[in-house]
Amino acid sequence: MAQHVLVVFPHPDDETFGCGGTIALFTQSGIPVTYVCATLGQMGRNMGKPFFATRESLPHVREAELEKACQVLGIKHLIKLGLRDKMIEFEEPEALTSRFEQIIREVRPSLVLTHYPGYAVHPDHNALGEVTIRAISRLSADERPVVYAHAFARMCQEAIGPPDINNDISAVVDMKLAAIRAHRSQSQLMFGSKSSISRFLEQESFWTYRF
Amino acid sequence: MNPIEKVTVQSVLDGFLNREVYLHLETTNGAYAVHRQESKMAVGAYIRNGRIRFGRGVITGDRPYRVGLKMELGWVYAEGLTDFEVDQEGRLLLAGHDEEGRLAVALELSLNPFEL
Ligand SMILES: [Zn+2]
Repeated sequence: MAQHVLVVFPHPDDETFGCGGTIALFTQSGIPVTYVCATLGQMGRNMGKPFFATRESLPHVREAELEKACQVLGIKHLIKLGLRDKMIEFEEPEALTSRFEQIIREVRPSLVLTHYPGYAVHPDHNALGEVTIRAISRLSADERPVVYAHAFARMCQEAIGPPDINNDISAVVDMKLAAIRAHRSQSQLMFGSKSSISRFLEQESFWTYRF
Repeated sequence: MNPIEKVTVQSVLDGFLNREVYLHLETTNGAYAVHRQESKMAVGAYIRNGRIRFGRGVITGDRPYRVGLKMELGWVYAEGLTDFEVDQEGRLLLAGHDEEGRLAVALELSLNPFEL
């Protein structure tokens, strides 16, 4: 099967902070990346610093930022699912799972990046990671893509052990930084202190999900 | 948005009196509050497109401000409001931003439903 990466996250900027370097490494080596972004981050609390977005303009601002970041990272195919921020865990799970099963069957990825259910802090992260993994588990073992799950809950290593994939992203750090900057409304606040950005620029870690 | 001008906001509130209006009301300390150890609990609530009618609506306080809307069978209340905007559609957007510019509370009124 030709290589193709499918990225599934709920919020514009999840793709950048968690795995922008990894995505850039793929696209730089000619591997196509499709991104399903489930919401527009409508309920985000960061409005820029100084704030320039309102609750009502934020989805439009973040949609434009998302498109810019995808361009920067070399993501050619962006699917905006149109769900509402914070509400994923309240959607009907079966409908959402079959929607993802359909997307996965169409895209036929060799690798899926998503959040590790239960260890990804935000309820949307956990809910969407769970739906994605449930959809993939419905495929037969030989059609099933590899899943790199992203976890960052404080105690996650005690529960799921250390990550087995640790990508050195130093070759693409400028691309990642440009993508972080593209998410202006969300990242301006972090540029105040060097340390809060630098932790995103070293390596990116994932757990290969065991079905 | 601009810092709240009480007189302006009061007159906009008056314009919504005794009409069917759509309400967006929320408060949050952020989904990452516990993760970042800023708080012991992530706390938030929101209602979007609540349909209400109020016969009395008042902004009070002094930076930050409070708003109370008196309905036939109840109240709508928000505190910590710092900034406002009346947008092109005539919607009243009120928000409270913390010292970092993050949104902590919002109260918005519109004659038409808010976008989902
Ligand atoms: Zn997120």
